[in-house]
Amino acid sequence: MIRNYFKIAIKVLLRHKLFTFISLFGISFTLLVLVVLSSFIDHAISPNPPEKKQRRILSTTYYKMRTKSGGTIAGPMVSYYFLDKYVRSMEIPEAISISSFHSNVIVYHQKQKFTFACKYCDGNFWDIMDFNFIEGKPFTQTDVANMRPVAIISRDTRNLYFQGRETVGESMDLNGKTFRIAGVVENVSLLRILPYADVWLPITQMKADLNKQSISNDTFPGFFALLLARQRSDFPQIKAEYRQHLGEVEFLDDRVVEIHGGVETYFETLSRLFVGGFEQSNRSGLVIAVFILMLLFMLLPAINLVNINISRIYERSAEIGIRKAFGASSATLINQFITENVIITAIGGFLSLILALIVLRILNQSDIIPHLQLRINWRIFAVSLFVTLVFGVFSGVIPAYRMARMQAAETLRGGEK
Amino acid sequence: MITLNNIDKVYRTEKIETLALKDINLEIPKGEFLSIMGPSGCGKSTLLNIMGLLDLPTKGAVEIEGQAIGHLSDKKLAHLRNQKIGFVFQSFHLIHDLSVVDNVEIPLLYRRLSGSQRRKRALAALERVGLSARTRHFPSQLSGGQRQRVAIARAIACSPEVILADEPTGNLDSNMGQEIIDILMQLNREGSTIVMVTHDERIARQTARIVRLFDGSQVY
Repeated sequence: MIRNYFKIAIKVLLRHKLFTFISLFGISFTLLVLVVLSSFIDHAISPNPPEKKQRRILSTTYYKMRTKSGGTIAGPMVSYYFLDKYVRSMEIPEAISISSFHSNVIVYHQKQKFTFACKYCDGNFWDIMDFNFIEGKPFTQTDVANMRPVAIISRDTRNLYFQGRETVGESMDLNGKTFRIAGVVENVSLLRILPYADVWLPITQMKADLNKQSISNDTFPGFFALLLARQRSDFPQIKAEYRQHLGEVEFLDDRVVEIHGGVETYFETLSRLFVGGFEQSNRSGLVIAVFILMLLFMLLPAINLVNINISRIYERSAEIGIRKAFGASSATLINQFITENVIITAIGGFLSLILALIVLRILNQSDIIPHLQLRINWRIFAVSLFVTLVFGVFSGVIPAYRMARMQAAETLRGGEK
Repeated sequence: MITLNNIDKVYRTEKIETLALKDINLEIPKGEFLSIMGPSGCGKSTLLNIMGLLDLPTKGAVEIEGQAIGHLSDKKLAHLRNQKIGFVFQSFHLIHDLSVVDNVEIPLLYRRLSGSQRRKRALAALERVGLSARTRHFPSQLSGGQRQRVAIARAIACSPEVILADEPTGNLDSNMGQEIIDILMQLNREGSTIVMVTHDERIARQTARIVRLFDGSQVY
């Protein structure tokens, strides 16, 4: 019977090439977008190197502050002084690191111009992050404290600046200063915003005055702290300790009078940015929002399928009448219709997988986002495919139910179909 | 074989009620060839659909081989149609994108048969209507008479006891029509019970009994 359903389904799909194309396009395009988007998300936030310990990492990337004049400052706008005094002094985390976000530095070398993303960090940064060193080793807290002019560079930077040869011990000119290369690491994608850079330098090499006593930071590119918990279950205690420190803040520069935000997971920061209120993050809110968006997105091809199926049923009413007259029960016909939908959805899923592989390959090879390494998230693909299959069945049930209610006598009346 | 007792059929829409059949009583014994005649709209096809379990009467009882069908489920009715009844329609009702043999296989799909058994029986049915040479053709490649022969082959593929033919010659010229009647006569001689709706007096006269309907009532 199944083989027969399959045969009929394929014939029906071939009979209406345009409808089939529209349905397939809808299904495969939706799945394609979901898969590509999820691989972006996966690439940006899942615990891959260098953020292997991500499940134990908290960071301070997003703040909102109220100024005396009633205005708001939002973003990674706290000073090094603030992080050093109120975050680095915390005792519960296993390790704490303060770094700058990256900023672009233009370098002229052997008559060539290079733009490198440059990040300033401390020694702990290398303990909290798990960079893949292909040469040398990270600089230490002592190097940072002693203001040693050392640098870590990415594989691509080595390829560009040193033509790919072994470089540890060699020197590189940046911002009018000469740095000795201490190590070379694998490239990091721009989507990994916390560890991302092409060149990493000791934070004490920064031109800005790190000791300036102020809460907000008005120099580019801004700072953030990374806090490594001993285990994930320490998060509530760490946050409580942080809140306690936050309550002790002295507002010195009489510009900022109120400060919110701070120590949280990357996902919490995202939720604050997208759906959260001013004072707190809204994790479940973000999950629900993403889920609803994905659901709505998948509903589109489902509605399209229902629509197409209904119009197709009327076209096939004579066939339905014939099958009923010769012994098909309503249940048999419903099964047949659902099988047709499942088959078209499955074909759509397969097509979307091929398209996704092609799109990801193109994105990875293009230079739109530096060092992008997108891979298919099979879990998301499986979930999307499953949901689409459910929709496939669902979109078959409504028309099939209508069909089952059709009177065979009614459909067989009339002329040649 | 088929018994109809006090059959009424009323079609209701929001505004009007149409009495399509009124107090029909009919006993069709096994092996009979019966014609139902009457002007257009007198309820012939409705009666045939009720006999064929495609439609239910508003009042009255239908029995097939002594079995009352009033309370049977959709599944059981479908099973009964498949086992006992074969249909032939005026406009053939073949599925265009299935080949001749695939069309004939349709009733066999709803039985527990292997693919090769289905094929064998479909080919045997086509042989009986003289279309063995056309099994791979599609309906559009056949003449009207040939299409109706395919429809008959489909109706007899499951070896039903009753064949219900709704104006089987209605769309055919008189020669082709006679060919179809000859095939039905032959099937009747071989034991099939046949009920045929027609408004061609000449054709009806070739059958054993004629039932006449007028405005939904039996007039004999």
